[in-house]
Amino acid sequence: MDLGFSEEHEAFREEVRRFLADGWPLKGEEANLKRRAQAALFRKRAIERGYLARAIPKAYGGSERPSDPLRATIIASEFARVHAPRDPGAPISQLIATLASHGTEQQKKKFLPPTITGEMVWCQGYSEPGAGSDLASLRTKAELVGDEWVINGQKIWTTAAGVAHMIYLLCRTDPDAPKHKGMSYLLVDLNQPGIEVRPLKEMNGDAHFNEVFFDDARTPADYIVGRPGEGWIVSRSTLAHERNAVGASVAVRVQFERLVELARTSERNGRPAIEDPIIRDRLAELDGYVTSHEYSGYRQLTMDVRGEKRGAIGMMNKLVSTEIGHRVAKLAFDLAGEAGLRAPLGDRKPKGDPDWMTQYMMSLGLSIAGGTSDIQRNIIGERGLGLPRDFVAQKGAR
Amino acid sequence: MDFGLSEEQLLLQQTIDRFLEAECPSTRLHEIFDGDEAVDGSLWRGMIELGLGGLTIPEPYGGAGLGLIDLALASETLGRRAAPGPFLGHALAGVAIALGGNEEQRERWLPSLATGRCLATVALAEAGGRWDPARWQARVQGGRVTGGKAWVPCAHAADLLVVGVEGGGLALVERTAAGVEIAAVDGVDRTRRLDDVTLENAPCDVLERSRDVGGRVRDAGLCLVAADAFGGATRCIEMAVDHANTREQFGVTIGHFQAIKHRLATMSVEVEPSRALFWYAAHAWDAVPEDRQRAASLAKAHITDRFMQTARDAVEIHGGMGFTWEGDMQIWLKRAMFDRMFLGSPAAHRERVARVSGW
Repeated sequence: MDLGFSEEHEAFREEVRRFLADGWPLKGEEANLKRRAQAALFRKRAIERGYLARAIPKAYGGSERPSDPLRATIIASEFARVHAPRDPGAPISQLIATLASHGTEQQKKKFLPPTITGEMVWCQGYSEPGAGSDLASLRTKAELVGDEWVINGQKIWTTAAGVAHMIYLLCRTDPDAPKHKGMSYLLVDLNQPGIEVRPLKEMNGDAHFNEVFFDDARTPADYIVGRPGEGWIVSRSTLAHERNAVGASVAVRVQFERLVELARTSERNGRPAIEDPIIRDRLAELDGYVTSHEYSGYRQLTMDVRGEKRGAIGMMNKLVSTEIGHRVAKLAFDLAGEAGLRAPLGDRKPKGDPDWMTQYMMSLGLSIAGGTSDIQRNIIGERGLGLPRDFVAQKGAR
Repeated sequence: MDFGLSEEQLLLQQTIDRFLEAECPSTRLHEIFDGDEAVDGSLWRGMIELGLGGLTIPEPYGGAGLGLIDLALASETLGRRAAPGPFLGHALAGVAIALGGNEEQRERWLPSLATGRCLATVALAEAGGRWDPARWQARVQGGRVTGGKAWVPCAHAADLLVVGVEGGGLALVERTAAGVEIAAVDGVDRTRRLDDVTLENAPCDVLERSRDVGGRVRDAGLCLVAADAFGGATRCIEMAVDHANTREQFGVTIGHFQAIKHRLATMSVEVEPSRALFWYAAHAWDAVPEDRQRAASLAKAHITDRFMQTARDAVEIHGGMGFTWEGDMQIWLKRAMFDRMFLGSPAAHRERVARVSGW
């Protein structure tokens, strides 16, 4: 066992650090650009150096590097350290993967380069009021009329729909086919009269989600990824990405260290909370979960490097990190004491302020987004442990 | 960066597992559990033949010269099969003598520990929950030791006791020496029998080569117990999954019900990530000295807590049969009880984590 990086990889880390020292944050005139333009400019440079979009061919704006989980890990951690823009996260990473593996030549040329840099902003149109965990029961429909798809229906929980240019959409194109086989994956311009976006206010006061209404919205006939009826297959591969993306164990460690700091600076019975035996016990108990998850990450990284399948542990990451998030939130709430009577600051929070009241509520959001914890338990039970599938799900799949 | 097992390590685990599957199936395990003998001679000889007597003993003394990680992996597999016998005490005694013994002591004891000619154990705790080396009170004076040691694994079957003494040191005492008295404890886990040991001016030989040898051996023990608990917990989940896939109620196997499925998923999510925690704790003992104490206590506290809850859940999933003496679950539940308390409670180790983390 060896938890260190080889000389070759340490040299690579140095190279990445030097790039970041000059490259981020942007300097001079460039620092006056809008945030998104800054990020796009930086990403272009990082792609030239081979640090981002590594899985995407150069022809489509990527850096086309051989798969190397160790280099990818070094890049991710060094970029995170200085808060530099990285490859777009879920759900955009799913769109990128879908386009790269199922898109036509024309789609890849047109959409991949600006999506990779973040110039073209997307949102994901999957969930509907009547289709959450049972996504395949969605009802938003699209019909081919002449050389356009005409779309009618409603999407919900659509993150960033207020700022996005485009939406990628799962919708029903064949109402007579079995439910998993009647869906298609469409790319749609959000800026058109047939689409209305309404913000949804969350429990912490922010409004990151939206409802998106389609009333004879239109998109060109060739803005379909995969063939009509293949939408589910295309969307399934992207969902798997989303489940992995939330489970970053490094972020969990950072969050825990902040919690320890909170315990140092909070008081309990007139003394620093960290001296209280109950708080110490709860922190150490949490540290057991955090450290397990941390080294479980190195274990899985090693499996990736060796080309081994992750197996059941790979299905657990999202649930493990959201369960830790719940524990962090509850302990933070107790440490906050009377401050727990205050409303969360949400988007009004000052930079660098962890705002535990927001985190207290966000921990619940994370356990619902991208596949609820109870759905995760089904997946782990059925695919990880080999238990039989649900009666209802079996019926639906037939 | 390579945080995974080698081919040799996987083979070691596979070999032990196959041996126990053949030589200690459920029926045999129950016989030993119910029997009077603390050590089943043929089973222990088989383990010795597999090399389990000397995995970490340096090669010049007849061992395999492996790391604590390898010993922990063996411990995991033994825990998985709820293997009865004196492995834990014997293995730790080997670690202690290799670490703290002078040339003469190593020469004298290590080869016979490796071959199993000498059975050894460790006498660390003292009455009143004194597992911490800083609280040991057995006193050495003029080559003789006096004091009471509690919860000693398989002491009456052992030839050699490695005794924790005042100041966190260790001393060798031969079981047949004058002034050594042993009284059996009616222990909960009959796969690992315990004794109380009273030492009254018993001749002893102090291990002086390494400072803090008692603390390091205790930390090694924490890693082994954590590994044992991990193995036991994973086996509990397997047994409960098997049961859920065969037991029928309401016309279907009970694994169809989300009440059972989610419980099993939760058990698995509680346990599986901690595999990396006991790996890391053992690896830290071998190679990351600055994090040895924190990692060992964290692994012991976390994983033995998980094992306890997992065993309880597995009993419930087994229904009425899970509650019987003739079922297997009671044995794993009792292994969990042993692992949780032996070498100190999870709460005590969490407090140690807090202390060494500088909280």
